[in-house]
Amino acid sequence: MEGYNFAYLDEQTKRMIRRAILKAVAVPGHQVPFGSREMPLPYGWGTGGIQVTASILGADDTLKVIDQGADDTTNAVSIRRFFARTAGVRTTTRTAEATVIQTRHRVPETPLREDQIIVYQVPQPEPLSRLEPSRVQTKIMHALGEYGLMHVKLYEDVARYGQVSISYDYPVMVNGRHLMAPSPIPAFDNPKLDRMPALQLFGAGREKRIYAVPPFTSVRSLDFDDHPFRAIRAPHACGLCGATDCYLDEVVVDDRGKRLFVCSDTDHCATRREAGHSGADSLPEAAE
Amino acid sequence: MIAPGALLSARGLALSFGRIVALRDAAMDIWPGEVLAIVGESGSGKTTLLNVLSGNVRPDGGTVAYRSGSGAVVDVHAMPAPALRALHRSEWGFVQQDPRRNLRMNVSAGGNVGERLMAQGARHYGNIRDEAARWLETVEIDASRIDDLPRTFSGGMLQRLQIARTLVTRPSLVFMDEPTGGLDVSVQARLLDLIRSLVARLHIAVVLVTHDIAVARLLADRIMVMQNGSVIETGLTDQVLDDPHHPYTQLLVSSVLAA
Ligand SMILES: Nc1ncnc2c1ncn2[C@@H]1O[C@H](COP(=O)(O)OP(=O)(O)O)[C@@H](O)[C@H]1O
Ligand SMILES: [Mg+2]
Repeated sequence: MEGYNFAYLDEQTKRMIRRAILKAVAVPGHQVPFGSREMPLPYGWGTGGIQVTASILGADDTLKVIDQGADDTTNAVSIRRFFARTAGVRTTTRTAEATVIQTRHRVPETPLREDQIIVYQVPQPEPLSRLEPSRVQTKIMHALGEYGLMHVKLYEDVARYGQVSISYDYPVMVNGRHLMAPSPIPAFDNPKLDRMPALQLFGAGREKRIYAVPPFTSVRSLDFDDHPFRAIRAPHACGLCGATDCYLDEVVVDDRGKRLFVCSDTDHCATRREAGHSGADSLPEAAE
Repeated sequence: MIAPGALLSARGLALSFGRIVALRDAAMDIWPGEVLAIVGESGSGKTTLLNVLSGNVRPDGGTVAYRSGSGAVVDVHAMPAPALRALHRSEWGFVQQDPRRNLRMNVSAGGNVGERLMAQGARHYGNIRDEAARWLETVEIDASRIDDLPRTFSGGMLQRLQIARTLVTRPSLVFMDEPTGGLDVSVQARLLDLIRSLVARLHIAVVLVTHDIAVARLLADRIMVMQNGSVIETGLTDQVLDDPHHPYTQLLVSSVLAA
């Protein structure tokens, strides 16, 4: 597009961000500060993720953008359009066809490969922020690997609710060393981060932090031996594709409050239906 | 550097705050399982000495040596910060006069007691909870209060909770700064009894700072008297209190008798 550099950001900024990414990859789970730029989008719209994506995107890449698992939400559509215009890259909704996937709130159900990169949009990069408000203190805790406080929070949860009550942004240990916020993905997605073949990059625009999980790195959800981490999902099958192993959204489908559980990953659901799978509620729709 | 058999030895400690000399050539030794009281009037340098012994404040001169559980002797002020912090979490404890400085007021009593266990790698919830409940009982807090927040506790209970939180990892050395200060006399007496029986049973060495000679008499095996940043007299508690040599100690002891 006229008047803009490839993928909007100037090359110097991209180099600065790539240096931060390299550092982040070298120390898995460690938050690297970077000089976050103003983007033509408000914070909370994924400015951190967008800057990371802009810095790694090449002309040959194929970009997929999802928000809550869907490619067609306002946020996903506008980011995808932004890069289609400023970088002229191919875009796709197919997880398998993408080389770069920017995401908010989900990890695709289709397993990612070594030749893919996933970029997470992160509102709060500091997993200890709610327990220890001082950045100085949390930095010391990370430097010394002192994470007793996080376990105190888990202890409090089990004491109060009989289980760990964190359902999103469930804290993980990366490479057995750094405590990390996986971004507000459902805890259900946490196991997908463990030893993922794809490179995982995390960008927090407002908080000006980048962190990373290199391919095939250990990512463990914190837990107790006698209260092991469990990836919880609604105990239903997808109404459209019948999947029983995917993360589901509950949607209201008519004005009488009829509810339906459907895959939150729309591409995964569509791919399954194309392959002939169907759920209990898919017939009426097909008949329309 | 460290006296034979001693747990902690300090030599030649000096520290000034501007023109105020808080420590001058202070030395001390503490042996495993003994209670050493540091007494002296307000401003004599007791708290400063405790902070220097525990590595929290760096002296202008002098050394502090500690014999760790592994047998290795470490220079407290030369060791890397992570190692010192690890020591504070495991073999050492620090009991503050104000328990609120040490406790997490928005975390349950059980969580407060369990924290050090978890910081040391305990990952079995049931065991952590059982141990916390046992410790609450040990410090005479009903185990039914395990899920209550400290803010619902009385001053005496808070101090006992702080002691449980500190002793749960069975440290070999605990620093205490006026642990009974600010409490009612009857509450003080009960707390002193508890501290005395616990450290004896668990064989914990205690460096106890107090301005109260009566507290020292009740708890301490040995006493160190400080005046203007110097250690002026050291000895067995009964000896020092019943037969004080230094004129300042005589004054200190007699003022208690007069009180
Ligand atoms: N951080 C500090 N800055 C300046 N002066 C201090 C500081 N800490 C202690 N002092 C001074 O050092 C002296 C010893 O203080 P302290 O160790 O607190 O005595 P004690 O505990 O025996 O009452 C006092 O004169 C005190 O005012
Ligand atoms: Mg003092």
